[in-house]
Amino acid sequence: MAESTPKGAAVDNPLLASGHTPGSVTDKISSVVLSGIPKWWYVVTALTFGLVMMLFYALAVLLVKGVGIWGINIPVGWGFAIVNFVWWIGIGHAGTLISAILLLLRQDWRNSINRFAEAMTIFAVACAGMFPLIHMGRPWRFFWMLPYPNTFYLWPQFRSPLIWDVFAVSTYAIISILFWYVGLIPDMATLRDRTKNKIARVAYGVLSGGWRGSARHWHNYELACLLLAALATPLVISVHSVVSFDFAAGIIPGWHTTIFPPFFVAGAVFAGFAMVVTLGVPLRQLFGLQDFITPKHLDNMGKIMLATGMIVVYGYAAEIFFAWYSKNPFDIYMVLNRMEGPYRYVWFALILCNAVSIQALWWTKVRTSVVGIMIVSMFVNVGMWLERFIIVITSLHRDFMPSSWDMYYPTRWDWAIFIGSLGLFLTLMLVFIRVLPSISIFEIRMLLPGAKGGEE
Amino acid sequence: MDMRNARLAGVMAEFDGPQKILAAAKAVKKEGYRRFDAFTPYPIEELNHVIAGDESRLPLMVFLGGLFGCIGGFSLQYWINVYAFPMNIGGRPLNSWPAFIVPTFEMTILFAGITAVLGMFALNGLPHPHHPVFNVDRFALATDDKFFLWIEAEDPQFELAKARSFLEGLSSVAVSDVYDD
Repeated sequence: MAESTPKGAAVDNPLLASGHTPGSVTDKISSVVLSGIPKWWYVVTALTFGLVMMLFYALAVLLVKGVGIWGINIPVGWGFAIVNFVWWIGIGHAGTLISAILLLLRQDWRNSINRFAEAMTIFAVACAGMFPLIHMGRPWRFFWMLPYPNTFYLWPQFRSPLIWDVFAVSTYAIISILFWYVGLIPDMATLRDRTKNKIARVAYGVLSGGWRGSARHWHNYELACLLLAALATPLVISVHSVVSFDFAAGIIPGWHTTIFPPFFVAGAVFAGFAMVVTLGVPLRQLFGLQDFITPKHLDNMGKIMLATGMIVVYGYAAEIFFAWYSKNPFDIYMVLNRMEGPYRYVWFALILCNAVSIQALWWTKVRTSVVGIMIVSMFVNVGMWLERFIIVITSLHRDFMPSSWDMYYPTRWDWAIFIGSLGLFLTLMLVFIRVLPSISIFEIRMLLPGAKGGEE
Repeated sequence: MDMRNARLAGVMAEFDGPQKILAAAKAVKKEGYRRFDAFTPYPIEELNHVIAGDESRLPLMVFLGGLFGCIGGFSLQYWINVYAFPMNIGGRPLNSWPAFIVPTFEMTILFAGITAVLGMFALNGLPHPHHPVFNVDRFALATDDKFFLWIEAEDPQFELAKARSFLEGLSSVAVSDVYDD
């Protein structure tokens, strides 16, 4: 292919449908943003925005009346707020894994899915961050957790995993936004040069900072991306490890185990990839992006879900084994209580979703089928939420002293805020799809045959 | 554009393929030009190497940013726990450094990451919304599917007619003068 240009030089590439040129890639992906708004978008966004309104109403009631409107009690002081926090932040992790770890490992297939996966990370972290804040009871005093000179002469307790969490999650949010923004710069320059709308041109122009694609700029740009990826890789592992310390540093049976950090990280990637599939499949079908998100991508994501899912299953087995091996009556009771106690249906549903349903992913046919992988992903989305529920609720509700045992039942306000956060997440995703390219345009151009410029 | 008061900023050639612009960049460099640049819709590693070389101060900047976050993060916790707000819990050491590792690590990543982004902008001289190259009409395609190379008028050996004919000889699609308004 010494003489060929990208035009007409496409070879069979399972990551990208054949026949594409840099120009056709630009056209196809930017048209999602620049062409008219499809009708279904209004309908779906209206529905999800209705859920956001419900969230705002529930939050207003919460601020007026306090956390007593929730089902939390003593001993179950954490409830839905922490279940949702851990679930959401875990979902975010797949975005960072795709954008950072797969970049360092030079997995080209990530180029089609990294952009919306990173957006998913940011919106999931936003939803996650809301829950500990509102769970504090007086969220307007959140800044008390930050180290700043104050008239009380008080400082945060740096020996507590809860303060570590503040640092880990806020660093994660900032780095994720920066990484996402840096990735968007060349594509926003593309939109600046293509849009016919004057306001949009100025907005994209300002946001892209006058990017002109200079080779000197690309040189520093690619270095910055690699460095950010190298920084984000240990960061993402630290974040969910620190979240797991919130539990593991406690003495409650069911929390106080050494397997928690890796178990949580694997679970986070598992849940996150399920969410990437849940968002990516409709995106590809509705906007006709089958050329860029191919069965090969679904196949790879299915494999990662299967691998991380099996690590999670190993975690369940390890918990049961160590309870038995420890001969600790409280640990043994905790395990039996999960299987036979009042929340046994939740536990069985969890095993069905997270351990049984993913076995279908051993078959290539399931992994590459849109319907098949979508069904498994839905099971995993639910299953990982149930897992957080099991960890938080069943561990707390029956600890050491039977006299302090109690049941936890979520109230309609718990549900309203949880479902409202789903609405917030989906609304942000829908707005994102409309205003920014949901697939990285310049990184897809790099996948084209002959794009490297060398003799191929 | 009003050319009467415009200053010549350089001369720009358009190419329709990555191999062509790579060959052109090598030829321009061989001819002895120093102040030239290529504009491409996506990074082409070899081209960046020809034009920008291997060197960049960014890794050093990021290292220093991370070092600042690391030392600053730990020092803050040390100062708080040992001097500003000492708490004696069962006689345990005030400087309980293993507990400070997590925030120290997070601060290292935070400052290194912010330095990577701000450093990239600073080294690239961005944001830079107005640049003479944008005055070339077809330059909008540099973010789409065309490849551009320009030689700056500032280059010590720049002569318009010579540079023009040189670029025209490099399998370019079109060559145009670039004016700075």
